[in-house]
Amino acid sequence: MYFYVIIPICLRSRKQKHGGLWLHLKQCFMKVIKEKHSLAMRWTHWVNFPVLAVMIWSGLFIYWANDSYGITIFGTTIFQFFPEWFYKYFHLKQRLAEGMAFHFFFMWLFFINGLLYVIYTIVSGSWRELVPKRNSFREAWQVLLHDLHIRKAVPPQKKYNAAQRIAYTAIIIMGFGSVFTGLAIYKPVQFYWICWLCGGYHVARILHFALTIGYVLFFMIHVVQVILAGWNNFRSVVSGFEVTDCQVKDLVKPKENEEPV
Amino acid sequence: MKNLFNKRIAKPLTVEQQIKRRTFISFGKFFALSAGAFAGWKWLYNSPKEVAGVTGNVRVPLRRALNKSELFFRNFFSNSHLVRTYPKSRAAIDVRVNSMIGIDDENFKSDKWFLNIKSTDGSLLKVSIDEIRSLPKTEIVFDFKCVEGWDQIQHWAGLKLIDFLDHYHLEDCVKKKYIGLETPNGKYYVGLEMESAVHPQTILAYEMNGKPLSIKHGAPLRLIIPVKYGIKNLKRIGTMSFSDIRPRDYWAERGYDYYSGL
Repeated sequence: MYFYVIIPICLRSRKQKHGGLWLHLKQCFMKVIKEKHSLAMRWTHWVNFPVLAVMIWSGLFIYWANDSYGITIFGTTIFQFFPEWFYKYFHLKQRLAEGMAFHFFFMWLFFINGLLYVIYTIVSGSWRELVPKRNSFREAWQVLLHDLHIRKAVPPQKKYNAAQRIAYTAIIIMGFGSVFTGLAIYKPVQFYWICWLCGGYHVARILHFALTIGYVLFFMIHVVQVILAGWNNFRSVVSGFEVTDCQVKDLVKPKENEEPV
Repeated sequence: MKNLFNKRIAKPLTVEQQIKRRTFISFGKFFALSAGAFAGWKWLYNSPKEVAGVTGNVRVPLRRALNKSELFFRNFFSNSHLVRTYPKSRAAIDVRVNSMIGIDDENFKSDKWFLNIKSTDGSLLKVSIDEIRSLPKTEIVFDFKCVEGWDQIQHWAGLKLIDFLDHYHLEDCVKKKYIGLETPNGKYYVGLEMESAVHPQTILAYEMNGKPLSIKHGAPLRLIIPVKYGIKNLKRIGTMSFSDIRPRDYWAERGYDYYSGL
């Protein structure tokens, strides 16, 4: 997705330096359809979006029945989940039973959809493009600097850049975490070992809640990034392909033993 | 690239045409499916509530999902899965009272109370609190969990329900699928499937923190069933009955899961 942003910039600078090259480039300029996202990835992505939305919505009804969480530092509560205006703004009242009924139906959809994605990603081998590599954590820092317009050089990437690898892998682990902590809260006696692994009932509930806050933060950054990345990137998550230019690749990184076109 | 040389098309599509075509088709499908999903959501959200019966106040598909989830998760239930217990020192002194439903009549006399057992053979058994107290006492300190989300470590003592059923030779009753409990005034009532009722930590409690129960906590005898949410822990048991169909349940009528098991 960063690739496309850089192309016009590159072209412009080349044009200024070598006036004659620009004309030649336009003749060679050829759009190519490149398959990017599999059908399974697109389906599970778009199924997950409304399902997770319903899970968060119904989860809030459950939380509201006993809204005890806040962020307290040195005895001072700096934020309460949620402030009074939040409830008033959304015109929400006690709907615990309704929230539970929705939550315990959509949990199945959330779980099955997530499971299908994970199975697909493992079996198809596309986890190789997703899971962070050894240098991803260092590169992710470069991606961040680049995104914030602090660093000009584009970090290397294939399908996903280092920051995306970390973020998209983390969100899958978070999904697993939600199922795991959810089970710990839902059946703490029958799945006592899950509850124990989560650090007990209280910790499981807090983790379950914190993961939800994590999804909301992820969602906000994700949407901003998708808007910034532009249409070609967004389209690829619906249609599966992206449009690239075969020549530009050589232009950006000319190989030493090749003649520039 | 699959469709690039489609045989039926004489002239191969240009890349530009392919992009347009594939974009149009994929977004067409995307919007159609989104509309379908939205219609599905509308259908679910506006689906009629179930006919009021043993359960009530939940949209029909969601109640079906609750019941199916119950059946699935009951596979994991075992009498050997015990609730975690704590030392007595961890038990709360100020034990939370969340509800007085069914136990708010002022002229209730504890000393005239009997536990009425409606046996499956039609006979009525009356048991006094002294008889129950004379049987072996079991203590439990566990984390009481409310469906609202709060929990509290509490110390209760009483007679194991399974011991009670054994002592009064209610073996035929135990063969039934459900047990129903009601307050003497019949205003609060719960139904429990037998496997949870005979769980070794389910007790007919008459003591809290080592003292006889107060009225607010369900004197003279209440149910403590750690494998269920608090809503099933009926205070001031008046009658006990057995059946193969679900007995009526106060909160299940009001939109909660009938099972409410932990």
